[in-house]
Amino acid sequence: MSQPLIPVSIQWAVHLLTLLVLPPLIPGLINKVKAVMAGRSGPPVLQLYYDLAKLAHKRAVFSRTTTWVFLAGPIGTVVAGMVAGLLVPFGHTGTPLSFEGDVILFAYLFGLARFLTVLSALDTGSSFEGMGAAREVAFSALAEPALFLGFAALAKASSSLSLSTMLLGSGLGSGRIAGPLILVLVGWAIVFLAENARIPVDDPNTHLELTMIHEVMVLDHSGRPLALVLYGASLKLLVLGAMLMDPLFPRAPQAWQNWLIFYAGLGALAVAVGLVESMTARFRMTKVPQFLIAGILASAFAFLLLLV
Amino acid sequence: MRLYLLAVLLMMSSGFPGLFLRRRGGEVAAVLMSLGAVIGLTAAIRVLAGGPVATFALPPAPLATAGLLTLDPIGAFFAIPVFLLPACAAIYGIGYWDDHQENVRTLRLVLGLLAASLAFLIVSTHALPFLLGWEGMAISAFILVMTEDRLPEARRAGWIYLVCTHTGTLALFGAFAILYSASGHWVLSGLPRDFAASGQGTVLFVLCLFGFGLKAGIMPLHLWLPPTHAAAPSHVSSVMSGVLIKMGILGLVRLLSWIPDPPFWWGAVLMALGAISGILGVAFALGQHDLKRLLAYHSIENIGIILLGLGLGTLGKSTGHPVIQLLGFAGALLHVLNHSLFKGLLFLAAGSVVHAVGLRDLERMGGLGRRMPWTSAAFLVGSWAICGLPPLNGFVSEWLIYLGSFRALGFFQWPWSLVVLTALALIGALAMACFAKAYGAVFQGSPRTEAAGAAHESPRSMLVPMGILAVACAIIGLAPMLLAPALDRVVAALGEGTGMPHLSLLVNLPSLTILALVMLGLVVLLWRWLRPVDSGGTLPTWDCGYAVSSPRMQYTASSFADGLVGGLRWVLWPMSHGGKVTRSFPVDQPFESHVPDPVLDRLADPVFRSLSAGATLLRFFQGGQLHVYLLYVLLTLLTLLLWMVA
Repeated sequence: MSQPLIPVSIQWAVHLLTLLVLPPLIPGLINKVKAVMAGRSGPPVLQLYYDLAKLAHKRAVFSRTTTWVFLAGPIGTVVAGMVAGLLVPFGHTGTPLSFEGDVILFAYLFGLARFLTVLSALDTGSSFEGMGAAREVAFSALAEPALFLGFAALAKASSSLSLSTMLLGSGLGSGRIAGPLILVLVGWAIVFLAENARIPVDDPNTHLELTMIHEVMVLDHSGRPLALVLYGASLKLLVLGAMLMDPLFPRAPQAWQNWLIFYAGLGALAVAVGLVESMTARFRMTKVPQFLIAGILASAFAFLLLLV
Repeated sequence: MRLYLLAVLLMMSSGFPGLFLRRRGGEVAAVLMSLGAVIGLTAAIRVLAGGPVATFALPPAPLATAGLLTLDPIGAFFAIPVFLLPACAAIYGIGYWDDHQENVRTLRLVLGLLAASLAFLIVSTHALPFLLGWEGMAISAFILVMTEDRLPEARRAGWIYLVCTHTGTLALFGAFAILYSASGHWVLSGLPRDFAASGQGTVLFVLCLFGFGLKAGIMPLHLWLPPTHAAAPSHVSSVMSGVLIKMGILGLVRLLSWIPDPPFWWGAVLMALGAISGILGVAFALGQHDLKRLLAYHSIENIGIILLGLGLGTLGKSTGHPVIQLLGFAGALLHVLNHSLFKGLLFLAAGSVVHAVGLRDLERMGGLGRRMPWTSAAFLVGSWAICGLPPLNGFVSEWLIYLGSFRALGFFQWPWSLVVLTALALIGALAMACFAKAYGAVFQGSPRTEAAGAAHESPRSMLVPMGILAVACAIIGLAPMLLAPALDRVVAALGEGTGMPHLSLLVNLPSLTILALVMLGLVVLLWRWLRPVDSGGTLPTWDCGYAVSSPRMQYTASSFADGLVGGLRWVLWPMSHGGKVTRSFPVDQPFESHVPDPVLDRLADPVFRSLSAGATLLRFFQGGQLHVYLLYVLLTLLTLLLWMVA
């Protein structure tokens, strides 16, 4: 506790505020980029905020087959995203909570969110949602090792087990770490796209249920539960995006500069995702595992490079 | 120690009054068993809380060695599941296996004997009581598996179990003989330095690994586990999976506690076996349709996780890194306890389902969540915990093993601990898939058969034990620091005990609690926000307008797992029959797919079949004619005579 109290509490407040308010902006940015690339004017950047406000006032419809587990998915996604957001640093601005081994908790929180989402999809008894759930668990079994191998590489490089030191301690400065770090980030970028159901793994805009992964699992959610689902998805974009971008951020002397860098980085990530989505088509479902295995290999090579 | 022996006696006698009572035998057994459990747990917790280590020796001469029975921290730690689970099973048995079921008196009697043998075994520090307890456990478990002995399935499972357990005991006889020749007495205690590295030490390790591994169900030796767990009554399965297979782990833990300097390769072997059992266990679980077989394969998976921790701890011990030793052993031991809690819970919940539906086939269930809300909640808690998801207990033990392997990455220059890491990550993801499949197929959607549609919630006597276990899972998950001092003591008994850091200083357990509480708070807030819009639910699932006309259109458990089973085709070798559509106007086609066990169905069964076929050839010599036998005698005598002369 060498730092004075007031700046720290301001940092905390900004962190929490960012975590609560910022997420719906990111999908808006991505969609705007896609619209501009396609020559459309597109929906406003704040569209998701309007949608959430509208959904919050709508009545939810529940099927007669569902139980309380149907609501566990939306709640679990948001809660896990929030807690994970407390663990991940937003650039060089200090993390509210950081302890040894929080990386594992971080990864397992997303596992928890996925488990509950899958269960709430299966709760409807719909075969479409069962299909999406089956795909989700199959692909996540490949995404998980890629994520953990990346953690292992960074843990080895930074000899630390806490998310904030792992992501921010290494930096691109030292030449020995630069190569592995790039590979880790490549692997994580793949994980990021897969976890957030973006092209080329999944298409958030598709209208054919048979080809969906994530969207099809939440077909039967409506009203406030749907609002939570949408908000939870954007929260995941923010938190995993912060994890992906953190090692790239330079450290600035002032706190406000660090925040600006962080926001700029997130904006850049959203633009990049929008560009990827504009320029590539989604893979055939059978190609997705190969793409994810490429992610595992990238992280594994990063680790091997650190060993020699 | 007296208290402990009293508990053992109470458990042993719990089934006797039931033999003479016309009614209420189950209640009496449950009361005696619970009383025994409370007394035994008191004795164990006293030792774990730092009380004196109690020993017990018989006065007569031949066995008058000090420490015939010792309630040390290791035994006391294993005593928690050993007392808790049988008591839960006995209470559960009142409703589950009531007076009208077959062999009910034998079942109650032998369940008490099994519990007593287990409790006796974990405190045995002498070869004789150890083997007595071991055999008592093996035989009573055999009788329990054979409860439904009119079913060929149960008889087959029973025999497989009996053969396996005695093969294992044979290996243990060898192991104890080596121990005797090394130490000169039958008391199981510390061995001299450098013994483990010698040839004898190697043989000891291999024998122990075989004998104890067969009991624990390490992957190539797991063959008895799935059929036995599927065929036994569910509360027996919960004791077997929760406690009995852990006795194999207890044996390995005891072995490691006798060896001051385990060679490096011991740890590596344990770790490799752990990775194999863990990954293959969950992979084969994915291919199962039988709810209880699925849970049995998950036991193999969890034994794998425990071995990963033990292997890591052994590596730490052999290379002199107390931090890794502590994290590995503590994670493994905590997982032993955790697995008994959540796997016991899962088997009890599965039994409740079997009780209500009368089937074990996942494809014929569905929609039980609305009909059996409490069982469904219990199964969900168990699934949540077994997948290692925060904030329940499974996460804490896996977290400790993760921490150990991450730390080890820094100490070792070779990537062994990476094996632990990736194996754990893969196991976690696959386990989640498998339990989503099981929970979804059984409790969610709409019922696929009439039997599932007519299911009712089980009686309270079956729900209460599930509640106890679920609460225990939650407590360990929310407040793991309560167990930290006990784990410190157990690991100290396993290692040198000097320079060992404290778990509570090493890892930040309270922060897990804080985050769990934050999560709980958020959940309550969001739940209240969603709650007022609950609108009864009278409409069918929207499903993009395909309002399901037949519940058979739902995604089945097999289709759910098909992607993963297909991806793991090269290790699972799934088999399918039928389903080929031939003509332009195809008629109904049956289709069936299953994943046979690699060792039992593909290796042991054909080998033993051909062996017994070969043995019939020898029957030629035993024709039943007396004069031929006399000829054999004459020929033998002649040969011996010639041999003596020559």
